[in-house]
Amino acid sequence: MNDWIELSSEPLSTADVARFVTDAAAGGIDLFLGTTRGQMSDDGKTLLALDYEAYPEMAVEQLRDLARRARLRWPIVKLALLHRIGRVGVGEPSVVIGVSTPHRAEAFEACRWLIDTLKVEVAVWKKEVWADGSTSWVGSAEVRRD
Amino acid sequence: MRVTVKFFAILRERAGISERVLELPEGSTVETATRILVETYPALGEHLPKSATAVNRAYGPRDAVLQNGDELALIPPVSGG
Repeated sequence: MNDWIELSSEPLSTADVARFVTDAAAGGIDLFLGTTRGQMSDDGKTLLALDYEAYPEMAVEQLRDLARRARLRWPIVKLALLHRIGRVGVGEPSVVIGVSTPHRAEAFEACRWLIDTLKVEVAVWKKEVWADGSTSWVGSAEVRRD
Repeated sequence: MRVTVKFFAILRERAGISERVLELPEGSTVETATRILVETYPALGEHLPKSATAVNRAYGPRDAVLQNGDELALIPPVSGG
């Protein structure tokens, strides 16, 4: 099994991903972590966390498809594509991608393509959770006070 | 025929429902279904034009003809990562 594809409601382990993609045939390993960035809204609210929701059956198929397409373009030895769902606090990773290839250039390129394409295609959504209890879906202009 | 509709993210919150079965005439398209859904859940009206649709977990056009048993998902702009 050379691809590790998962949607997880548990914290993601970068160390596990690094171990998984390590291989004697690979001289370059690239790891990408997408993390919740602490920020203030325009009206001065502090971000507490991001709540991730997925269409799990479709998202997993899409992640597998990304892995297949990446393997057609680069000589990937091992690949891990993990996305968190549920609440992800500031500083925690919501995405961990690991790619190993014979040489470093392909690992950088494949990893970058994977995160860029994931962000525009995969059926996952995030909602900002602010310290005052309000929330807002990213990409769908609306602020809702619960 | 019957089609299962799935609502996600802002559309799920606006409709107040995550899944329902829709009874549709034979030959209905995705567009037919979304028109009925906006009538049933007017709060979706603002967001559906900006949303994609997927039939059986694959993105597809609004004029695609639905089949009995299909799963139709309403996909607001994705924001994973």
